[in-house]
Amino acid sequence: MSKIPVTYKRTDLQSDQEVKWCPGCGDYTILASVQNFMAEMGISKEKIVFVSGIGCAARFPYYMNTYGVHSIHGRAPAVATGVSVSNPDLSVWVVSGDGDALSIGGNHLIHALRKNVNIKILMFNNQIYGLTKGQYSPTSEEGKKTKSSPFGSVEMPLNPMSLAIGAEATFVARSIDMDRDLTAGILEEAKNHKGSAFVEIYQNCNVFNDKAFEQLTNKETKVANRINLVHGEKTVFGEDGHKAVVIRNGIAQIVDTKDVDESEIYVHNIHEENPSIAFSLSRLSHGPYGPTPLGVFRKVQRDTFTEEVHDQIDNAKEQKGEGELDKLIRSLGTWDVS
Amino acid sequence: MSTENKTVESIPAITIRFAGDSGDGMQLVGTRFTDTSAVFGNDLATLPAFPAEIRAPQGTIAGVSSFQVQIADFDILTPGDNPDVLVAMNPAALKAHLHDLAPNGMLILNEDAFEEKNITKAGYKVDPRESGELDGYRVFQVPMEKLTKEALEEFDLPGRAVLRSKNMVALGLISWTFNRPLEDTENWINNKFSKLPEIAKANIKALKTGYNFGITVEAFHHTYVVEKAALPAGEYTNINGNIGLSWGLIAAAKKANLDLFYGSYPITPASDILHELSKHKNFNVITFQAEDEIAAAAASVGASFTGKLAVTGTSGPGLALKSETISLALSAELPLVIVNVQRGGPSTGLPTKPEQSDLMFALYGRHGESPLPVVAAKSPSHAFYAAYEASRIALKYMTPVILLSDNYVATGSEPWNLPNTEELNELETNIITKLNTEDGFLPFLRNVDTFARPWALPGTPGLEYRVGGLEKEEGTGNVSYDAANHQYMTDMRAWKVSNIANDIDKLEIHGDETADTLVLGWGSTYGGITQAVNRLNEKGVKVASAHFVHLNPFPDNTLEVISKFKQVIIPELNTGQLLKLVREAFLVDARGINKVSGEPFTAQELTDKIEAIINE
Repeated sequence: MSKIPVTYKRTDLQSDQEVKWCPGCGDYTILASVQNFMAEMGISKEKIVFVSGIGCAARFPYYMNTYGVHSIHGRAPAVATGVSVSNPDLSVWVVSGDGDALSIGGNHLIHALRKNVNIKILMFNNQIYGLTKGQYSPTSEEGKKTKSSPFGSVEMPLNPMSLAIGAEATFVARSIDMDRDLTAGILEEAKNHKGSAFVEIYQNCNVFNDKAFEQLTNKETKVANRINLVHGEKTVFGEDGHKAVVIRNGIAQIVDTKDVDESEIYVHNIHEENPSIAFSLSRLSHGPYGPTPLGVFRKVQRDTFTEEVHDQIDNAKEQKGEGELDKLIRSLGTWDVS
Repeated sequence: MSTENKTVESIPAITIRFAGDSGDGMQLVGTRFTDTSAVFGNDLATLPAFPAEIRAPQGTIAGVSSFQVQIADFDILTPGDNPDVLVAMNPAALKAHLHDLAPNGMLILNEDAFEEKNITKAGYKVDPRESGELDGYRVFQVPMEKLTKEALEEFDLPGRAVLRSKNMVALGLISWTFNRPLEDTENWINNKFSKLPEIAKANIKALKTGYNFGITVEAFHHTYVVEKAALPAGEYTNINGNIGLSWGLIAAAKKANLDLFYGSYPITPASDILHELSKHKNFNVITFQAEDEIAAAAASVGASFTGKLAVTGTSGPGLALKSETISLALSAELPLVIVNVQRGGPSTGLPTKPEQSDLMFALYGRHGESPLPVVAAKSPSHAFYAAYEASRIALKYMTPVILLSDNYVATGSEPWNLPNTEELNELETNIITKLNTEDGFLPFLRNVDTFARPWALPGTPGLEYRVGGLEKEEGTGNVSYDAANHQYMTDMRAWKVSNIANDIDKLEIHGDETADTLVLGWGSTYGGITQAVNRLNEKGVKVASAHFVHLNPFPDNTLEVISKFKQVIIPELNTGQLLKLVREAFLVDARGINKVSGEPFTAQELTDKIEAIINE
């Protein structure tokens, strides 16, 4: 990364392409959050690469004045893995959606997380297929009526946080499009994280799935439903903190704060090596309904794939010396014919 | 060792086939005999054949693994047709291979394996040694297991480990019979088991036991020698196609001043490329064993975007999975080499058998109008040059290139007269570090000669650009749905590929140029076709051959070559794929010789079929 801190104006990060999402789409807010964040992230823009797959969110790279690949459906984590491991000096960001990352690209997502490739994955979850005009997605709630499920979806939705934690992810966080401060804070944490970061961003699709996250954004309900996970702080939420999270027998539960001893209230620790508590927190909600945790679930250190691959190359060069073609083609033994 | 008690008959060539259970170590014995013969100075060619199962039930036909080698004192091109010698380690190996043994061929049997149980398992109703079916062959029964047990009595090894060395007894005996010294193999054993000296000693003892059996038993006192071949002067190594291909990629990266990235998912018979490249990290090679075939290709596209010589390798079924990703590379105009080591298909098909049935798929197996260059390796050593050539085209023209090999090229081996690496051409790239217009960077402003676009690499200030699978506007590379632009870009991508015809080696004619008949081939049939044409020419039959390395585009003199002949014959290990391409492109009434039995053509088979067509 560049040693001299680089700062830009937001407009420096904007490409000359017209943004073509539907008016009112949550993607606009996220784009602004990312551009604002990157203007001050301290990395020169030629070292930033955005990689996406297919879907509404996947148009994101076209709007960033950085390097970018708009690849094919579901494969962005794999393309980004190739980018990252080929040039560890780059800051590599994947933008994906719930269909792209969890359905067609599920395999690539879990393996990028498992390998701890040094890439940051932003998954915009709108719980619907937008670009194909409104079919249920792997995060749509059971019973969801869409064009492809006129009688209601009969499928159990995935919980992206649980999936990422189960896939050995070292950084797992959730934000919501409307909360720019929360998003900026998570992006900062993700940028500083060594390895894969998985960030789910709840994103409103006002055309095909409007108000899916209303319980977390509506003034009337959001205080009661947002469980803000803050490292080192007691996990209380609701009006005047009257609700709290406790861990009993390893399972996260929501209780009335007044019913428990203060010492029992869960103090969030993003660096806990054992993923069980983070997983349990992810089970407090199954979708944005009722009390739902937001913030960083988990941030732990592990060697990154990107670094380890290059360590092996460096070691090989140290032990054997820089490869020589003439030696290589003679390495199986030769004989002379005169 | 005593050599007094033997006669030595000099012969120009011999084909030996070792056959046994897949756990009997036949590939090892074959390889050792081959390497010793190579060092001795013979020309040679090998054909390993093994079951797709790692350990099929012991003693059954399904579990038989074999290795054939032809050694000669002249320049040969194939691993031989019918073996002159068959070593059969059990009844199943005998049953599976006897029908190939040449009349009066030498048949060496491990007699200890001919128990009733094994005889029945192999599907024999009566002991084949007593039924008369071995009449017409020279049969030598050797108690290999008994010899091994006796020889290794002095070692403290478990019974199963002891019997594992019986292949060394067989190798020792064959080494005696064909006058091959043991030193090379002894060194190899000591090297291989340097940390297990007891095992090394036991194997060397077994090897010598087999050799000494030949000295002792009168039946083996008539021995043979194949003298050195008069090969062109040079330094040689014995190489198989997968290794040749791997080294070709490393060489190409070096000569392009790039690092190599190889993304792959394990698949037979391409995995050895991944194994080989992963050994050579000191060449800055990154090998990426992906979670699946698609990821292997996709990561390679990512690597290409950053400026690597990116290669993804696979075999038939994997190529199908990579298809969409190859289209992305084609549309984004990024260099990428896709290696397809063909095997029998469709579906899982015959994973360990050669076939040339992915030619049409390589040319046309993508959605949309998506032409790309296709290059094919014609022999194990040629795989090096084919990989180099595929890389050259990919980098120079900013395009994905499919490199076809097959199981026959990949696992077969031959001596390779090593090139002077300094004489390998430097490879051009389209890397750009500065703006290409006064007004800014145009990522799709093409080179006027090659039509390649510039390759701007992340990390280069001022050239930040976005690229993807949506149609791009010529010049700016911005997303464009404009009708005329799509027509133009489609035409341009096709033209860019067809233009390569001027930049590749011309099609050469081999054999009798005055003949009326041309035998046209591609890929691994090279050895068989060339040998057949040589034999026919020696007999006075007028015939010539030409062999494609480039399948798309064809060399620009192809029509000229074809027009010189009245008749064109195209042998292929498929049902007629090059045949269709040639008929369509050159409007010639070509005839096919086609086979999809999972076996390569033998030179004799092609000789007979070509002659029959000529004589019609």
